[in-house]
Amino acid sequence: MDIEQRRRERLDRGIKIRSDGLYALMSWRELSYLTLPRLVLIVGILIAPLVMPSMYWQRVISIVCIYALLSLSFDLLAHFVGLVSLGGAFFIGVGGYTTAILNTQLGLPPLLSIPLATVIGAIICTLFLLPCLPLRGVYFAIITLMYPLLLIRVIEALDILGGTDGIVGIASFDNRWVEQYFIILMVLLFLFGIRRLVNLDIGLVFRAVKDNDQAVRASGMSITYYKTIAVFIASAMGCLGGAYLAHLYMWAGLSSFALDFSILPIAATVIGGAGTLVGPVLGAFILVPISELLRAFGTLRITFYALILLGFIVFRSEGIMVYGQRKYHQFEKWVKV
Amino acid sequence: MNDQPILQVQDVTKTFGGIMALNRVSFDLHEGEILGIIGPNGSGKTTLVNCITGFINLTRGKVFFRGKNITGKAAHKIADMGVTRTFQIMRPYYSLPAYKNLVIPLFSPRAKRTGGWRGGGKLGDRNTVSIDILEEMGFERESFVPYKMASTLPTGYLKRLELARCLSLRPEIILCDEVFSGLSMSEIASMVPLIERLQMEGITLIMIEHRLRELFRVANRVMVLNFGEKLIEGTPVEVMADEKVKEAYFGSEKVEEVTGYA
Ligand SMILES: Nc1ncnc2c1ncn2[C@@H]1O[C@H](COP(=O)(O)OP(=O)(O)O)[C@@H](O)[C@H]1O
Ligand SMILES: [Mg+2]
Repeated sequence: MDIEQRRRERLDRGIKIRSDGLYALMSWRELSYLTLPRLVLIVGILIAPLVMPSMYWQRVISIVCIYALLSLSFDLLAHFVGLVSLGGAFFIGVGGYTTAILNTQLGLPPLLSIPLATVIGAIICTLFLLPCLPLRGVYFAIITLMYPLLLIRVIEALDILGGTDGIVGIASFDNRWVEQYFIILMVLLFLFGIRRLVNLDIGLVFRAVKDNDQAVRASGMSITYYKTIAVFIASAMGCLGGAYLAHLYMWAGLSSFALDFSILPIAATVIGGAGTLVGPVLGAFILVPISELLRAFGTLRITFYALILLGFIVFRSEGIMVYGQRKYHQFEKWVKV
Repeated sequence: MNDQPILQVQDVTKTFGGIMALNRVSFDLHEGEILGIIGPNGSGKTTLVNCITGFINLTRGKVFFRGKNITGKAAHKIADMGVTRTFQIMRPYYSLPAYKNLVIPLFSPRAKRTGGWRGGGKLGDRNTVSIDILEEMGFERESFVPYKMASTLPTGYLKRLELARCLSLRPEIILCDEVFSGLSMSEIASMVPLIERLQMEGITLIMIEHRLRELFRVANRVMVLNFGEKLIEGTPVEVMADEKVKEAYFGSEKVEEVTGYA
């Protein structure tokens, strides 16, 4: 009995020391200090489609969300597990073709075929990537980049899965707002879900796999196992985006394997702030609309696009979120003193 | 009473390219004992630990744990069976506080199965259990040390953290690769009782050390390696009395200082 009591007290002290956030629950002002950024983000994303001037721009928001999922997936793998993945195109393509088959062959409605394609697609992607999990750094990146190229050639050469025409006649969403908010809710769900995940004990293991895999092995844990879990989650996000995209365009084809899906998420992560999870999502919200705006400039937009990216890398290499978070917390210190 | 050795190492040979790092090394380890391994730098001690724990594949030979052949098994599977090791060059998670370093091994399948060291069967809060383990390893609970980043900890604490990582798996064997090296005399003096207590708790230990005086105090048997070969094995007294060893170590505590072998 006595021992029980003492243990609990000790635990509390431990929490006080190790959790910077506890004091924040002491007043409404401090509570709002903590929740405000989250609230702004959630409300901002939720009302984004409502303030868009046209259906075209609402469609852009949906595309942004797909890239946001891909950026989240990249950030999770690169900065929490140590796998640099260029697999965006691979995930999008596999998710797209899977939902296309589920929808056109089995007649499943989008709200059923998308979740199914997410899981089945993630299993397929994970199985493909399983042999290269021991590879590190650039080798893993190269393999993830090669798969979409390989699949394009296979589909072309064997004329399977609709060949060069792709699979047409995929059902769209019945309701425009369901279509719009489905993907927005998914982004929010995965954003906060992944943030939660990396702060759990398993998140510590992920980071340990990245920083010090020998110590993880010495702790009796299989590195490949944890990498597999992470790759499954990351490819699920990509496949979800790909499946959604297929229903959005009512088509899945070779351009689902476009390189943009692999490259833009990296740029979004650089701009938003690597390792922050929120940053890459914000990065997607900045980069994708800009690249749409620049569409009017034709091929010249690539130049602008490159310049913006260059500027970010040169002048703000830490990314918007890292910078913003620091400023926000510095402000807080000033209030306290 | 079971006479079977807990660990049997048979003719273990390891070559790196042309270098023979280990040449037909055999020994038995009995449950509950402390086996000291000494030898000059480069004599293959760390390589032996790596071979036993599966961190490198051995060229020839066999390793048995409780009669089961564990040769060539994956490192994490061997650790999962309870054969753990410390690293001579410490490998903490530098970006994490000391107590979070232990949350990771406490998350392992073995710790979940065994409840971890002192876990009492159930692992409710890994943070609490890890601080309990750290306290046993000499991290003062009331101080800030358990909450400090591993990157700011001095060598002495990092060595203890290495041991604590093994302990959090509730191990059967710990292979300690030079846990005393780099420590001051007083730090070593404070760690010797720790080692003795681990033995009393029923953990079997292999200790690789250069500090002969402290090693001979705790070790039941000592094995001497030289150029990858086993020179002699016996009680500390026997080993001290041996001519070859005497020649190498007489009047000196540190192998590095011995001109003949370094
Ligand atoms: N990974 C490796 N590659 C090549 N040679 C190695 C490797 N590891 C150890 N060696 C060699 O094996 C020999 C034994 O090294 P080691 O086991 O570290 O010695 P000790 O721990 O006794 O000081 C040394 O000659 C060393 O150079
Ligand atoms: Mg060594």
